[in-house]
Amino acid sequence: DDKLLTEPLKHPDFFNVKELFTLKDLFDARVHLGHKKGCRHRFMEPYIFGCRLDQDIIDLDQTMQHLQLALNFTAHVAYRGGIILFVSRKRQFCHLVESTARACGEYAHTRFWQGGLLTNAHVQFGPGVRLPDLLVFLSTLNNVFEPHVAIRDAAKVNIPTVGVVDTNCNPCLITYPIPGNDDSPAAVELYCKLFRMTIIRAKDRRRQSEAVEELR
Amino acid sequence: TLRLVCTTTAVQRKNAGASGPEKYTEAFIKKQIEEFNLGKRHLANMMGEDPETFTQEDIDRAIAYLFPSGLFDKQARPLMKHPTEVFPEQRKIQWGEDGRPFHFLFYTGKQSYYSLMHETYEKLLNVQKHQDQLIAQDLPLPNEKRNLAGNRWLTKIELEEMLVEKVSDEDYSRFIRLLQKLVALPCTDIEEKYIQKFSKEVPAQLQKVVIEPLQYDEQGVAFSTGEGKRKTASATAVVYDNGTGKITVNGIDILHYFPVLQDREQLLFPFQFLGRIGKHDMVCTVSGGGRSAQAGAIRLASAKALRSFVTEKEVEFMRQAGLLTDDPRVKERKKPGQEGPRRKFTWKKR
Repeated sequence: DDKLLTEPLKHPDFFNVKELFTLKDLFDARVHLGHKKGCRHRFMEPYIFGCRLDQDIIDLDQTMQHLQLALNFTAHVAYRGGIILFVSRKRQFCHLVESTARACGEYAHTRFWQGGLLTNAHVQFGPGVRLPDLLVFLSTLNNVFEPHVAIRDAAKVNIPTVGVVDTNCNPCLITYPIPGNDDSPAAVELYCKLFRMTIIRAKDRRRQSEAVEELR
Repeated sequence: TLRLVCTTTAVQRKNAGASGPEKYTEAFIKKQIEEFNLGKRHLANMMGEDPETFTQEDIDRAIAYLFPSGLFDKQARPLMKHPTEVFPEQRKIQWGEDGRPFHFLFYTGKQSYYSLMHETYEKLLNVQKHQDQLIAQDLPLPNEKRNLAGNRWLTKIELEEMLVEKVSDEDYSRFIRLLQKLVALPCTDIEEKYIQKFSKEVPAQLQKVVIEPLQYDEQGVAFSTGEGKRKTASATAVVYDNGTGKITVNGIDILHYFPVLQDREQLLFPFQFLGRIGKHDMVCTVSGGGRSAQAGAIRLASAKALRSFVTEKEVEFMRQAGLLTDDPRVKERKKPGQEGPRRKFTWKKR
């Protein structure tokens, strides 16, 4: 059991997430497109490649690195049987995110976030609840273009976060930010596909390793 | 495990999944059902009846006989019903042994409501996809309009019962709007079954009331009877066809029984409304009440009798004119501290 858990940590890319996406895929899904110059957040300036006709372009090389780290982390969390909660407050992609979560066997929250969900869980749900071990944000802003409450709450309750940050978002409190577009349907579908494939891959790997251990 | 530090009972919200004496586990409910069945057999033996064929009505009668109670509130009296009716449906614990919740929307708080919205939206997307396919193949879109008049959506309470979860007003109105949007699209035939789960039939008022057919007496003349009440007067009227407009009350002609014009007008109103003044004969009996009450009672009785002679549309006209409604006004009681039902005693300043 110990060996099952320590074995993946010895390799930098145990689940081989690099092969799931290429730079061309990201470009075709329009991940590099940001918002206009006026919407730019100060802390996103290191991730921006440049500005063309007032529209910010995100640096896809940095996106590749961040995406690889984030997918690797989610794969490890899924391998160890952690609860992953997909959060997005974009109404267009609510159904897509919920279906992705259902397909992975994980959980989703694309609706109105009640205040005490993470911080007051034992009173809201009942004693003995297990909180999520990872929050994945497909969009860090809520419908009023303010940072989602869940980022701050997750930081309070020591839950790591993975989030797609656009040029108008604040990447500060997110553990694994992924600079990229969160408004185009193509981009969001690409992210959903990538997360779904990593989680399913990690879970299958876990089941295989357990079967191998049992055979011994 | 985390300890709950300094929380009072006032702070803890009553919620499903919370353990405590209010929670009914499955084992508890099973035990209650076994005890109920045993008790039912004992009761049948006590009453000397067959335990196999002892129905709920027999149980109610037996309990009322063995434990007579004079309490006013029916719900305060001794009760023996099946545990599923006594204990309200509650949610059991929502997560398994390893702590992972069963439902994928558990962390939203309102899992059944949001999963319902998710499913309905999926049906909407299916219908749109189907519509796009039909347009792509240049096929004509079905233009059948659903019968909106005879159906109503589920009420908020019925939805709460269906989901076993509290639903707020805005959530309910949102769900209804989504259903209406789904129904407004042209190709909803695919999802008919799903929509029917949330719509109920509302039979029109008239369909509930059965209009009796005409009866024929020895000479072959068609007649029909009606009954009516007003204040304390009750009347029965028999309306005959092929008549001359003669009306008899308690064996006396109306001119002698009702000297006042107003009462005679009340009697004639149903016939005048249908335009059949000289065509029908009427024989009525009336008792109780006063002059005006008896006139009103006979009017109602004759209107009810005339329903059998007339088409459904005219019956609807009569109903809308108020000819077929019982007048609910009765004498109001006198209250203590006042001289009459409304009149107060004379107020003296000093």
